[in-house]
Amino acid sequence: MKHIPGVTRAARTDLPVLKPFDVAAHSPDAMMMTRWVAGLPWWTPAAILCAALLWPMVAYAQSSYTTAAAFEALWRWMPFLVTEGFLFNVLISIFAMLIGTLMGAALGLGQISLNKWVRRFAWFVTQLFRNSPWLVILFIVLLALPFEVRIFGTILTFPDWWKAVIGLSLPVMANISEIVRGAVASVPTAQWEASESLAFSRQQTLWRIILPQCFKRMIPPWMNWYAILTMATPLCSLLGVQELITLSRQAMESENNHPELLMPFYGFALLMFFAYCYPIARATIALERKYTVKL
Amino acid sequence: MTWTPDQPIISVKGVHKSFGDLEVLKGVSFDVMKGEVVCIIGPSGSGKSTLIRCINGLNDIQAGSISVEGIEVHDPALDKLALRKKVGMVFQQYNLFPHKTALENVMMAPLLVLKRDKAEVEGTARALLKKVRLEGKEDAYPGELSGGQQQRTAIARSLAMNPDVMLFDEVTAALDPETVKEVLVTIKDLAAEGMTCILVTHEMGFAREVADHIYFTDRGVIVEHGPPDTFFTSATDPRTREFLSQIL
Repeated sequence: MKHIPGVTRAARTDLPVLKPFDVAAHSPDAMMMTRWVAGLPWWTPAAILCAALLWPMVAYAQSSYTTAAAFEALWRWMPFLVTEGFLFNVLISIFAMLIGTLMGAALGLGQISLNKWVRRFAWFVTQLFRNSPWLVILFIVLLALPFEVRIFGTILTFPDWWKAVIGLSLPVMANISEIVRGAVASVPTAQWEASESLAFSRQQTLWRIILPQCFKRMIPPWMNWYAILTMATPLCSLLGVQELITLSRQAMESENNHPELLMPFYGFALLMFFAYCYPIARATIALERKYTVKL
Repeated sequence: MTWTPDQPIISVKGVHKSFGDLEVLKGVSFDVMKGEVVCIIGPSGSGKSTLIRCINGLNDIQAGSISVEGIEVHDPALDKLALRKKVGMVFQQYNLFPHKTALENVMMAPLLVLKRDKAEVEGTARALLKKVRLEGKEDAYPGELSGGQQQRTAIARSLAMNPDVMLFDEVTAALDPETVKEVLVTIKDLAAEGMTCILVTHEMGFAREVADHIYFTDRGVIVEHGPPDTFFTSATDPRTREFLSQIL
């Protein structure tokens, strides 16, 4: 008897067996990024950084500016970069997520509306923002929104970072909309029928029976999109928002733009994002496993 | 039209129902009087389930008429909620709400739909669970109950709305032989109390025991019907005889 790889039980035949094709296992996975991040050992970015640091040491060995000096510069800038830069990224991501979630939930419910036109409109908006490059959306929001609004004589200023928040919240909104639509669709129709036959109205069925059941299922993909959003916040540096990447670049400029500064400063940014998103990714995957078993 | 108890509580007349090109019901008519227990039997795909789902408006019909206590189910302006307050339904797959306990499952509809007082509803719900022999399981979630227990909870959930008619759609088909009995006993008790019941079932022994009238459907029409004694012993239609010979 021959052992066939992938078959746990001893094979009773030498003939190869064609197993059914597992479509799900070969389909693209919406949580791919989170799964990839969560699958990394925690020391990965540090290891990449250490390996990458050898390169400038070799390349610029002749230069008078040493790697040690670059790290010393980073050390001086570090508190400023974290408190003024990275925390601002976190703040942008939280506001964008908040707005995106609220608008996305409304849009998702619109996608399952009984009204054909509401449904079509919600679907169109969802697809529009889900399939547009984030940077394009950011630039459109930046250029389309006024920098100040005059309401009854009071001037409300629209700072750049608020435009960034709105720009980032739009693609998040579209993806949350899809999460809500998908989660509602994942509840068996038998649940709708059971509550219908108990004389529940559609609103009661949706809010009391269907949504409470899929709420837990929405949490992992929602966290997945929060991690993706957080990692997208450096895009705001292109709008001139004073976040981590913008400040890092300005810090390096004030240190006379030595090439040796590049790896320590951008590496530090990478570490910050990793340190923030890694626990989120691990928690997302843990929650996803927990809720999948319970289905 | 106002309904009086001397008229059929459910009246089905010439009902046609298609799913796309597939015609599932091809002119079905029957009447059910108040307090009657009616069993619908027949081979799979003969339209039994579709027929009883039409009665509470889960499926719409293309032609014919159905009236329940004078409510015209086929009327486009039908008040579905009013109809469904009168008609309870129990499904093959129980369809309990998995995020609520047995007690909450039973209490939900009277609380939300009928807007009854919570203490009163809880009292009724506990009594109903006791009636279906589920005392002590009030705080269990559906996932913690066996199939038979879930199905009895589903029956209690339907009864909590105090319906005039109960529809049972192959309620024992997903159960193992031992738990089938506990569910059937519950239904038998209901029938004995005078509840009007329409059952789609494959349990011939049970049908023979509780039914006042049996309808045999095949390919969308009622082929034969009669009281159980004559139906099971002296069926005349060859299709009925063939079906009965295979399962009895």
